[in-house]
Amino acid sequence: MTGRLGLKIAGVLAAVAVGGILIGFYIGGWVQPGITPYNPVAQTTTAKPTVNLTLQTVAAVGPTLSPNPDWVSYLVRDDGRWKRSTIFTLPAHALVHVTIYNFDGASGLRNPILGRPTGLVGPEIVDGKPITVMPPDEPSHTFAVPQLGIVVPVAPVGDDAKNQCGYAPCAMSMAHRTIEFTFRTGKPGKYRWQCFVPCAAGFVDGFGGPMQTIGYMDGFLNVV
Amino acid sequence: MSTNAADTTAIAGAPNHGKRFLTIWIVASVIATPLVAIFLGDLLPPGDASAQATQQVFDNSWLLTISTPIFLFVLILLLYTVFSFRARTTELVDGPPMRGNARIQLLWMIITPAVVLFLAGFGTYELWQSGAGGGQGPNAAFLPAGYKQALDVQVIGQQWAFTYRYPTYGGVETPHLVLPARTLVRLHVTSLDAVHSFWAYQLGVKADANPGVDNVAYVQTKGPEAFDIHCAELCGLWHGYMFDTGHVVASAQFASWIKQQQSYFAPVMKYLPKYSTSYLPDPQRRAG
Repeated sequence: MTGRLGLKIAGVLAAVAVGGILIGFYIGGWVQPGITPYNPVAQTTTAKPTVNLTLQTVAAVGPTLSPNPDWVSYLVRDDGRWKRSTIFTLPAHALVHVTIYNFDGASGLRNPILGRPTGLVGPEIVDGKPITVMPPDEPSHTFAVPQLGIVVPVAPVGDDAKNQCGYAPCAMSMAHRTIEFTFRTGKPGKYRWQCFVPCAAGFVDGFGGPMQTIGYMDGFLNVV
Repeated sequence: MSTNAADTTAIAGAPNHGKRFLTIWIVASVIATPLVAIFLGDLLPPGDASAQATQQVFDNSWLLTISTPIFLFVLILLLYTVFSFRARTTELVDGPPMRGNARIQLLWMIITPAVVLFLAGFGTYELWQSGAGGGQGPNAAFLPAGYKQALDVQVIGQQWAFTYRYPTYGGVETPHLVLPARTLVRLHVTSLDAVHSFWAYQLGVKADANPGVDNVAYVQTKGPEAFDIHCAELCGLWHGYMFDTGHVVASAQFASWIKQQQSYFAPVMKYLPKYSTSYLPDPQRRAG
């Protein structure tokens, strides 16, 4: 009798353990589905290392880059090819020159304060012109690292623009805006970055799916 | 059924366990309770960065002190029982007959509610002083002295950051919270998307941030000090990263800082909605 009871308890414990592990794997896979970090090469010819980070933002990531082809996403250029990763490994105390090619239309900010670029070294440049503020109805997205005080609103492609991109990766011949800025990474650490624009079409208030999943509109700066 | 107390200890030659247990418990409590009050009381959270935080430390020390003899009662009873009533042989025998004890049961029924009612009264009285740093909803019932002159600061939660608006200074909105020292502050906590909770740990302030709701909390700052800000309501992917460091600074430093913020955020001021006790800029829905 005692032996059977012991077996039953062991069975229940084993089932709970296996269930817990499976749930952990499921959540892990859901939060971070196969994302490999992007490790750009730092230029160390000057006293401070500098890094170039080239991104594109797309309205629909497409079937070749994601199991969720209609999700909005950031992409990073790695060795000449566009890759879906939002985890960037950057050197500490480095200047990071970022170029974002945005192929998406306007969604707009929920909080207008985020239309003011902050935390940058120098101004935000949109299509070659410096800006001090972007009206709240305009931004497609933001590139924001709250722990570093960085907020960069991303200018949209006009609704009437010709040759708009469908699925990513988008060719540079398609309608896009170019956003350039520079920031300093600071001390080593893991800094999350995110888009503040509720741009996830098809989700409640635009804040589900790609806004809540690393690898699309959120990621990490691993500063080492 | 007998209710005579003597029935439970009527076994000839057996020690008086009740008396022995009570002696151990009283001695332990008399030693431990003052030690806990004196040495642990001041170490309790959240600190003394504000009048509300100091009040919470006082509350926590009292609660810990009161619960020390209760904790010892349970612990000593458990250990005493395990030790005294353990099976001494492997032989299976009946235990001694156990009967009810009306006196113990009556005491139990009196002491337990008395402790609970005392704590309820104590907690309510402490809350009455100034709201104890908690969110009180739009019409705060517990008002500290001088509340009419309090500095208003709006706390706006969104996925996933807090921003702060200062209506006294033209409605400027900033990404960081800075407060003047030795000032009574009225925080208006709200959200523009999901439910968040504004928790300024060392200030002893915690208030839910609900969309469209003005949740008022009072805090009386003390000297210059940094404090941690966290979101205390699970609000999505970056909830765990929704933190910042706030600062209580000298009045002159605050005046200089707010001027700097007004200047830096001047370009965006024309796009901010008019100050209101809630913060829901139009359009209220975007891509969803």
